[in-house]
Amino acid sequence: MRDFFVLRVVAKMLIPFMLIFALYVQFHGDFGPGGGFQAGVIVAAAVIFYALIFGLPAARLLVPDALVESMMALGVLIYGGTGIAGMLLGGNFLDYFVLSANPVTGQHVGIFLVEAGVLVTVSGVMLKIFYVFAGRAKLPPG
Amino acid sequence: MMALLVLSVVVQRNLFVVVVLSGIYSFLMATVLVALDAVDVAMTEAAVGAGISTVLLLSAIHLAGAEESRPLRYRLPALLVSVGVAAALVYGSLGLPRFSDPAAPIHTHVVPRYIQDGPRETGVPNMVTFVLASYRGYDTFGETTVVFTAGIGVIALLRGRRKKKQSEANAEIRHDA
Repeated sequence: MRDFFVLRVVAKMLIPFMLIFALYVQFHGDFGPGGGFQAGVIVAAAVIFYALIFGLPAARLLVPDALVESMMALGVLIYGGTGIAGMLLGGNFLDYFVLSANPVTGQHVGIFLVEAGVLVTVSGVMLKIFYVFAGRAKLPPG
Repeated sequence: MMALLVLSVVVQRNLFVVVVLSGIYSFLMATVLVALDAVDVAMTEAAVGAGISTVLLLSAIHLAGAEESRPLRYRLPALLVSVGVAAALVYGSLGLPRFSDPAAPIHTHVVPRYIQDGPRETGVPNMVTFVLASYRGYDTFGETTVVFTAGIGVIALLRGRRKKKQSEANAEIRHDA
């Protein structure tokens, strides 16, 4: 795949837009369709696209395994941490109303953090599965 | 159209064709979900079903080869069990309320409260988001943990064996030397 000039140029042009679209899906999820899961999958798809065109070693250099593995755990920790923060502030587990003086703002903060946790875990897991699968082959697939 | 696709997936023995066809199936499913006004689910179906899983299946083919081997013999009991389960599912679906029936239990239980109070209580206009992340936060936490566990499982299964292979290969090299 490394010799296909058109593919390389198109990939370089497309990947920034994919990442921006992922951020849009993430942060606009309150108003339109989308949210953490979808955005996480799109982030992973952008990196997998990069790996398909430029080869798995290049992608592993860009997004190292250690980062991906810590992302997997970090997302769950963000989600659980949000829940425990609600408990520490005097509410129930995953109670967002107490996260801010204004209950509606609290809900916004809570949903934002939780969606961020989902994004981090989902993109980490998807990437890790791809890395492990593709790493077993001698060549990157595609 | 979709039934035709499924049939060709079953009949087709070249796995590369099967993967491409199931990607097409996922995209068609996404359009059906858009028609049902489930845009969030459609987005997930298009990204996961048609995108990521296609890539993963392609890399699996890369490892395992693209031709499906012929079954040694056709098993009648397996066919009977599959047809029986399918018939039971169809029979069960007959008992469901009519599609978009406003009196169905799903529309009368907690949904009216979510629809009436949700936007005011959370300040978030997208109902899918606030039900998922706020009212059903426990469930979504569970889902995130499931995704995490799946990742851990894949790591545990595949990484360990590769390391073993490497050490075996190293042992062979040492043996040769």
